[in-house]
Amino acid sequence: MSQLFSWKWFHRLGSPRWFYQTSGKWLPWLSMLATGLLLVGLCWGLAFAPQDAKQGNSFRIIYIHVPASFLALAGYYVMAIAGAIGLIWKMKLADMVMKSAAPIGAVLTFVALVTGAIWGKPTWGTYWVWDARITSMLVLLFLYLGVIALQYSYSSQDAASKASAVLSLVGMVNIPIIYKSVDWWYTLHQPATIKFTEAPSMHPDMFQPLLVMILGFYCFYAVALILNTRVEVLCRERRTRWVQELVASKCT
Amino acid sequence: MHPVRRQRLFMVIFIVVIASIAVGLLSFALRENINLFYPPSDIVSGEAPKGVRIRAGGMVVDGSVVRADDSLLTHFQITDGEAQVNVQYTGILPDLFAEGEAAVVTGELNDEGMFMASEVLAKHDENYTPPEVAEAMQEAHNRAKTKDVDAESAKAQTSKY
Repeated sequence: MSQLFSWKWFHRLGSPRWFYQTSGKWLPWLSMLATGLLLVGLCWGLAFAPQDAKQGNSFRIIYIHVPASFLALAGYYVMAIAGAIGLIWKMKLADMVMKSAAPIGAVLTFVALVTGAIWGKPTWGTYWVWDARITSMLVLLFLYLGVIALQYSYSSQDAASKASAVLSLVGMVNIPIIYKSVDWWYTLHQPATIKFTEAPSMHPDMFQPLLVMILGFYCFYAVALILNTRVEVLCRERRTRWVQELVASKCT
Repeated sequence: MHPVRRQRLFMVIFIVVIASIAVGLLSFALRENINLFYPPSDIVSGEAPKGVRIRAGGMVVDGSVVRADDSLLTHFQITDGEAQVNVQYTGILPDLFAEGEAAVVTGELNDEGMFMASEVLAKHDENYTPPEVAEAMQEAHNRAKTKDVDAESAKAQTSKY
């Protein structure tokens, strides 16, 4: 296999220095794209999209709730896959990405839970109910918090990475459960509006701003992850010559 | 791929598979308890326990909501298309509670099979439509209905002769 397929690019990808330099070039463009998409999506969704026939204006929280939930789930895959790469290839950069992804995912999950509760009160009549979707989402929050806690509970970074990679891999089981919970069990939470196989059960005038917001959240997630990882790179590589040169050049 | 890395890859796959099997078995064993509510057919057939707090969920039957004039007492029926359960509730109903919409009620079944609810939650569906579109759809629906009725009555008339 090694003759057919060159692993060289993959190993170069694992160089923290290469990542720091490349991501520095991408970051301004990506941040601009994220800001633009989020601004357009928010204005469009909150001010111009028509209100819902049954819920009125309270449905507009969907423009935060759904993108945040999307990225909370997708971010878990990012974290778990980075953890797996770190375990298998002992790639330093993958461990750093895993550590950086955990707090972002935890915040997004928290946002999804809180916006859901705020929407639930006027719509359902309650802030919280222990149904399968909401409970599995709470478990996701605890998984993220567990990974963060494990990162800080070992004196050796290697041991911490290994432990949190195993935890994130085990927790990966939860992601399809969250996604399918509304179909498998009776829940108060409604089934998904956006489906991969069918057209969304939402009017296009309401769906288009949602799509912009989801794209914006993806870009925002990328920006947040890159920024977090860059800090982690500098922190862990602080004894290397290139970081010291970089710091020296910034200080003068 | 280096043999050591391949071995670690198998280890990772092993972790994911074992964890999935464990959680799969767990949720299979607890499948009844993960459900938030009982459908009316389970309640009518006696599968739902009596005298303990349970939840029931279904669509509020069209024309079944009866409100008392002098109190917050409300009677209605919920259905899952197979069976119906009578519900009695005293209190303020959520804004989205309506006939033809889904609701989840918490309470106890009494001996007469009446569900004494202490909490009523409205369940929203996954459809979002602007008011004008919803109105237009309703109109089209009504028009189709009247057309059907017209066609039927016309048929009845023609068959008379």
